[in-house]
Amino acid sequence: MTTTTGVAAVTGAVGSAHTRVEGRDKVTGAARYSGEVPFAELTHGWLVLSTVARGRIRSVGDGPVLAMPGVLTVLHHGNAPRVDTDYMGMLGRPNPIVGLFQHDRVPFAGWPVALVVAETSEQAREAAEALVVQYDEEPHDVAFHSGRSDAYTPGDTPIVKAETEKGDVEAGLDASAVVVDAEYTTPEEHHNPMEPHAATARWDGGRLDVIDSNQGSSWVASELAQLFSFDPASVRVRSEHVGGAFGSKGLSPHQVAAVMATTVLHRPVRVVLTRSQMFSLIGYRSPTAQRIRLGADADGRLRAFDHQAQSLTSTVHEFVESSAVLGRVMYDADAHHTLHRLVRLDVPTPTWMRAPGEAPGSFALESALDELAEKCGIDPIALRVRNEPEAGPVSGLPFSSRNVLACFEEGARRFGWADRDPRPGLRREGRWLLGSGTAAATYPSGVGPSTAAVTAEADGTFTVRINAADVGTGARTAMTLVAADALEVDPDRVRVRIADSDLGPAMIAGGSMGTRSWAWAVTVAANELRERLSLGGGIPPEGITARSNTAEAIGALTQKERHSFGAQFAEVAVDVDTGEVRVRRLLGIYAAGTIVNPLTARSQFIGGMIWGLSMALHEEAIRDQASGSHVGADLAGYHFASHADVPIIEADWVDDPVPGDPVGIKGIGEIGIVGVAAAIANAVWHATGVRHRDLPIRPDRVLCAADEARRRAAGGAGSA
Amino acid sequence: MREFGYERAFGVSEAVALLGSAPDARFLGGGTNLVDLMKAGVERPALLVDVRELPLDGVGFTGGGGLRIGATVTNSDLAAHPEVRRHHPALAQAVLAGASGQLRNMATVGGNLLQRTRCGYFTDISKPCNKRSPGSGCPAVDGEHHNHAILGASARCIATHPSDMAVALAAFDAVISYETADGPGELPMSEFYPPVGDTPHIETALPPGALITGVTLPPSPVAAHSRYRKVRERASYAFAIGSIAAALDVRDGVVREVRLALGAVASRPWRARAAEQALIGGPANAEAFAAAADAELAAAEPLPDNGYKVTLMRSLVVAVLTELTEEVSR
Repeated sequence: MTTTTGVAAVTGAVGSAHTRVEGRDKVTGAARYSGEVPFAELTHGWLVLSTVARGRIRSVGDGPVLAMPGVLTVLHHGNAPRVDTDYMGMLGRPNPIVGLFQHDRVPFAGWPVALVVAETSEQAREAAEALVVQYDEEPHDVAFHSGRSDAYTPGDTPIVKAETEKGDVEAGLDASAVVVDAEYTTPEEHHNPMEPHAATARWDGGRLDVIDSNQGSSWVASELAQLFSFDPASVRVRSEHVGGAFGSKGLSPHQVAAVMATTVLHRPVRVVLTRSQMFSLIGYRSPTAQRIRLGADADGRLRAFDHQAQSLTSTVHEFVESSAVLGRVMYDADAHHTLHRLVRLDVPTPTWMRAPGEAPGSFALESALDELAEKCGIDPIALRVRNEPEAGPVSGLPFSSRNVLACFEEGARRFGWADRDPRPGLRREGRWLLGSGTAAATYPSGVGPSTAAVTAEADGTFTVRINAADVGTGARTAMTLVAADALEVDPDRVRVRIADSDLGPAMIAGGSMGTRSWAWAVTVAANELRERLSLGGGIPPEGITARSNTAEAIGALTQKERHSFGAQFAEVAVDVDTGEVRVRRLLGIYAAGTIVNPLTARSQFIGGMIWGLSMALHEEAIRDQASGSHVGADLAGYHFASHADVPIIEADWVDDPVPGDPVGIKGIGEIGIVGVAAAIANAVWHATGVRHRDLPIRPDRVLCAADEARRRAAGGAGSA
Repeated sequence: MREFGYERAFGVSEAVALLGSAPDARFLGGGTNLVDLMKAGVERPALLVDVRELPLDGVGFTGGGGLRIGATVTNSDLAAHPEVRRHHPALAQAVLAGASGQLRNMATVGGNLLQRTRCGYFTDISKPCNKRSPGSGCPAVDGEHHNHAILGASARCIATHPSDMAVALAAFDAVISYETADGPGELPMSEFYPPVGDTPHIETALPPGALITGVTLPPSPVAAHSRYRKVRERASYAFAIGSIAAALDVRDGVVREVRLALGAVASRPWRARAAEQALIGGPANAEAFAAAADAELAAAEPLPDNGYKVTLMRSLVVAVLTELTEEVSR
């Protein structure tokens, strides 16, 4: 084997396409997901959710239910073990929804009010559906709309700064030759990972063992330990395979319920959420109402920039959908203002959902840029070239690397942008109007402290231990490739262990930070091991292990604007008879540092882009104002793109070296969705000549807007 | 879980007798709607009588040259049948526009006629619904009714009928055959789905315990020149927000015969007779088609969030009749 140090040829694993190392297990069904791992004496918990949107629980009629076949217990606020939600977790204070059954207050429809545990899942469900819970109902308010008088500016958090301001926006707008002032809305959207949330908890030799589906098992273990005041060393959480997460899989009521019940019953307890329960228990993307004002010189150079974004939160917890953050990275102006506002309603607390902030924010901002290009009469890409900042518009910090223009250049070449006639409403093919549009994309490239261990085994193989989570992205495979390159060995000699809190703390699979964070820790440990091996000597039976902890190195990172960038292109066809929009082509070109595994990276980009298509045309959760709960909270009622909606999609990337960066890898988890809805909306404008500022761009909206535009045109002609 | 009985019938009279043997019994065809509703608690049958093995799975000519379609013919087989495609293309197109390939392989003709509305209030047992629970109210009227009825609705219920197939059958004057313990019977499509009125829970005119045995399409030369167009919020696997089945015969620029039925606008497939009357003997041009659509839609009573359907249906009538006219002229 090669164990020399210094400048040696790497294996080239990073950057080469590799199928998932666990792919065979997944396609053959051998891979077990958290709801499928068998246990002796397993019991099943079923959550009961409130049917009222606000009030108090008057009574829980558990008596008759306890007599039903197989029922073991009913936990509710009258008898549940106490937990402590007054702690600071990794991402701040916990969402009070994890303080399960601690009081009689109901802050929204779908709040968990009881858990029925039975011998079988069917018995638990039947009993849960039979459980009579009576409420003292109070009037509720679930109406989200712009301009609510009770909107407020939230405080800053380590994750989101509520407001940034420089210069005088009003003066800047007054002095501008061209002004865009428009409002955009996006609806409530839901994660809907294919695998529902599921956890099995049991006490095993004095330790709590939780088999779960999550984005970070150290994270969930630590939150559970704090919530239940357990010794952190006594809590183990594993999450071997995860069927999608998208921001929704942290600590949720199902793990807490399973832990409570197993503590009471002394038997393993499994709690699986239904699709419909997921609509109220695991968070979602807040609807947004955004106002953007852009002031520019006649040549498109921005003088004034103002992005104000309103979202909602619950009455029990604060979450800010940070839609206004894009301008802090993308576009500079002497007068620059970004602001988040919140409305508190009787609804569940929203949470991070794929590209939180950037996804809805980019729809508004990148639509507004297109409107500005139209008003200035210049090409949308040229407008972005003209406004390319030298440094962070708000921070003033240099960019670690910023290749957004390279993305536009490559994308324009491949898409055939140069041949595009910018005038709207001209291209017709049968009953279809055709148009194309573009938008920029960006997402922060963050990093979090991680520990890793790499062991040289006596048999010549290597074992990597890193508490990563593979939420379907191919993280396990990516770490295999990273380790192989660092160790300078073939990937099939590397075994990677992930998703077990006993492996030690590591960054979660979230915020597009996983791969960068874990790769850093794995590389440091692997390099250390390689150096030790280079000293020679045999490998003892227990192997030789090198460990790493990146906390200090991350703390020493130079302050820079670190982001991935991209350019989205869309071609659409709009049916003139019906207003139906069909996307014909999508192209995304990204600058996202080193791409570890082109195969899974492309999948991830494309997955994000399809979601962007879905966001543009389909996704929308409907809340019934009268009951305060959803209508159609299932995959029949909540539409996302079907196969027939998804055209040929291409995703690719440009070189994006990051000078001086210790890893060179940026995140790619979120950026695929960013800007797609705007590119499609801009293409719909190019096809029809009508702007759509409200998502989703449904047929009725397109049809009615076209009808109104026709009528206006006819009215205008009549009066002329 | 809630337990229920299951019996498989092999003969029509056996099936009818089995259904009569238990209260709250239901026939089970493909189960693509009923089983979902059972999971959601909307349907709680004590007994399922599986009718998929009945000898009703054929499509053939009637004596007069019409088509007779057995009740257990799957949606996939119906849409693929050469005679259906040749003589009633709109019917094949309508069936193919519905559901997904997997569902069409399971779903039967009889079951398709009897599928229940997908109104989100009807399918959610935590909410009131006059159709599911008579007298409990209709929250859709003041709530979410983006895809609800604009024609023939009542204040008690504004749900739409979900079937694409039934829209084509309505256009072609299909006749539904059934069997009861007292013998066979027939209902024309025009009478099969009664008006909503004050009884939205009564969805068909079938007598109690009746088993649909088949659908007869009378001979209709105009049906060979027909099409179905469905508008939906995604390209596949979604119910219509508006649809149309149309057949047209034009000679020398004059409409000689026309059939029009609209979908997703009412509690039943909406045969557009006012539009048909307006068109017969008149010119086959866009103005006349628009006027005919207006004649039909004059009765529309849109709510705040479904008014677009008036625009949509008008546009669909004009578009589809124009296409059919252009085809005749070629």
